[in-house]
Amino acid sequence: MARIAFEALGHRYAGATLPALKPMDMVWEHAGAYALLGPSGCGKTTLLNIVSGLLRPSEGRVLFDGADVTALPTERRNVAQVFQFPVVYDTMTVRENLAFPLRNRGVPAAAARTRVERVAALLGLTARLDRRARNLGADEKQKISLGRGLVRDDVAAILFDEPLTVIDPHLKWELRSRLKELHRQVPTTMIYVTHDQTEALTFADRVVVMLDGEVVQIGTPEALFEHPAHRFVGHFIGSPGMNFLPCAISGREAVLPGGQRVALPRAYGPLAGTVELGIRPEFATMVAEGGLAARLRRVEDLGRRRIARLELDGVPVAATLPEGMPVPAEPRLAFDPARLHVYADGRLARGEAARDAREAGP
Amino acid sequence: MSKPRNERAWLLVLPVVVLVAFSALIPVMTVVNYSLQDTFGNNEFFWNGVGWFRELLDPSTDLGGRFLDALWRTLLFSALCLLIEIPLGIGVALTLPRRGWGVAASLVVLALPLLIPWNVVGTIWQVFGRRDIGLLGAALNGMGLSYNYAQNPLDAWFTVVLMDVWHWTSLVVLLCYAGLRAIPDAYYQAARVDGANGWAVFRAIQLPKLQRVLTIAILLRFMDSFMIYTEPFVVTGGGPGNATTFLSIDLVKIALGQFDLGKAAAMSIVYNLIILTVCWVFFATTTRDQNDAVTDAGGKGP
Repeated sequence: MARIAFEALGHRYAGATLPALKPMDMVWEHAGAYALLGPSGCGKTTLLNIVSGLLRPSEGRVLFDGADVTALPTERRNVAQVFQFPVVYDTMTVRENLAFPLRNRGVPAAAARTRVERVAALLGLTARLDRRARNLGADEKQKISLGRGLVRDDVAAILFDEPLTVIDPHLKWELRSRLKELHRQVPTTMIYVTHDQTEALTFADRVVVMLDGEVVQIGTPEALFEHPAHRFVGHFIGSPGMNFLPCAISGREAVLPGGQRVALPRAYGPLAGTVELGIRPEFATMVAEGGLAARLRRVEDLGRRRIARLELDGVPVAATLPEGMPVPAEPRLAFDPARLHVYADGRLARGEAARDAREAGP
Repeated sequence: MSKPRNERAWLLVLPVVVLVAFSALIPVMTVVNYSLQDTFGNNEFFWNGVGWFRELLDPSTDLGGRFLDALWRTLLFSALCLLIEIPLGIGVALTLPRRGWGVAASLVVLALPLLIPWNVVGTIWQVFGRRDIGLLGAALNGMGLSYNYAQNPLDAWFTVVLMDVWHWTSLVVLLCYAGLRAIPDAYYQAARVDGANGWAVFRAIQLPKLQRVLTIAILLRFMDSFMIYTEPFVVTGGGPGNATTFLSIDLVKIALGQFDLGKAAAMSIVYNLIILTVCWVFFATTTRDQNDAVTDAGGKGP
């Protein structure tokens, strides 16, 4: 159990021209459930291996509860890690596999036995405890790997590196809820690497979104949904992703390429780079009157809701077609003003009203 | 629908039949033929039935006693070679570098003994062990140790076993090294996370993953050492006395020294059967687990 902090942490693999991780400062609180989310090659696994000590960062420090562990090897950091592909010790039984991390650390046999049986029960491995691990299927081998990660109760953190990749879909869902349940029972810092947004959003209290070796946002699933700090977050989280419309800002209004104007919830100062208006499809609604003129391309029926694919001044936009509303002949589009965000060069721009409001606060 | 038949297709099998006949069937049958007869030279043969085999397996006869003595010596030699070369080979393979220029350098150095013709290996050790000019022999005697492989049976054994270790441990090393390199990094990472020390990593990961290559290594080393002829023949000629007369050396003495083709043929057949049996039993027992695993995995299919 630990609070994990990074100070100016960065990493560049030997011989690589681009850094795998750009220097960052970050804190993961004790007993939090964090997910590292991002596309392949964004540096998630690199960051995880730095936490576990399998990789030594080329710059910066890692602190566990304030103590510098940057130079400590894995075996002295007291972390557990579960890898993407199952690792089982072939010649041992399932029970011996699960007990292996405990035996290596000299845990008394009786205590080890109870721990192993608890973990086996949690993962549904009890019936298989005395079978040889070698002869089991991939699902069960990965359960053993998970079990070895969970069997120690004194760890600073448990790290999961896309642990459910090889698991059957239905079992995936079940195991994820088991992990979540375990986290509620035994508050341990858990770090979960994935490129699957559903996995990240259902598992974690806080999601760390990474892109090209950089953390672009840390936040609760709601925060990522409602206030994406980066164009990538808006795009990556949510289905379909956030709409981005190129625009020019004048005071409290955004001017779209075709000249249509959208009122903004707050004023913005001069912005540098490409300026875009961001709105989630959930908050862009088709209306009978008012709003903006758009061209309808097609309607997708997702069962619980309908998504209209439109074109607004030549830019594709996804919007919600409210229940019961007929597909209009002359589509109009309304944005929920409170949910509008402005992005400059891909990053969320802070409005002046927001700053005014904070300054005016108590 | 009837398939077209053309009996001339049998002609396509002919080359293989001819090849196998000349390389295996005819020589083996010649040996079988000899083993049932006795000859006094002049290309005259007399029917002897299973007489040679009976004598061979009866220790009270001259031939049987000689055969069993040579058999025990050969088994002892094979056992010593395996006991030294397999652990040593694993040990060396574990200490080899995993990357960098050292990999190529060590592999080349290790492969050198394997590239030397067998009679040259014998000659090298024959000279190396000589007490007057040999580096090993002269050095040992210079240190006050009495060492003479031409007179002392123990010294002869020491030399012959050491020579085999020098010659063949590299093979075990190369096989094990290949096996070790095939272990994914994730296993080592998992073991570090699990807090395993070097010995635990060896027991839990490396040794089990080496099982297949070790099966091959043990089989190869058993067959080769059990059939060894050239090197000890060059170094000791089977002596002093009969101390290093292995089965193959004895066989050649009977066949070419005494020209007892019948006895030699019977001995060859028994010799061959021993090797086949030992290898089959060893292979069947060591791969039984692996076969279980394969059928298990196969049984899970739809």
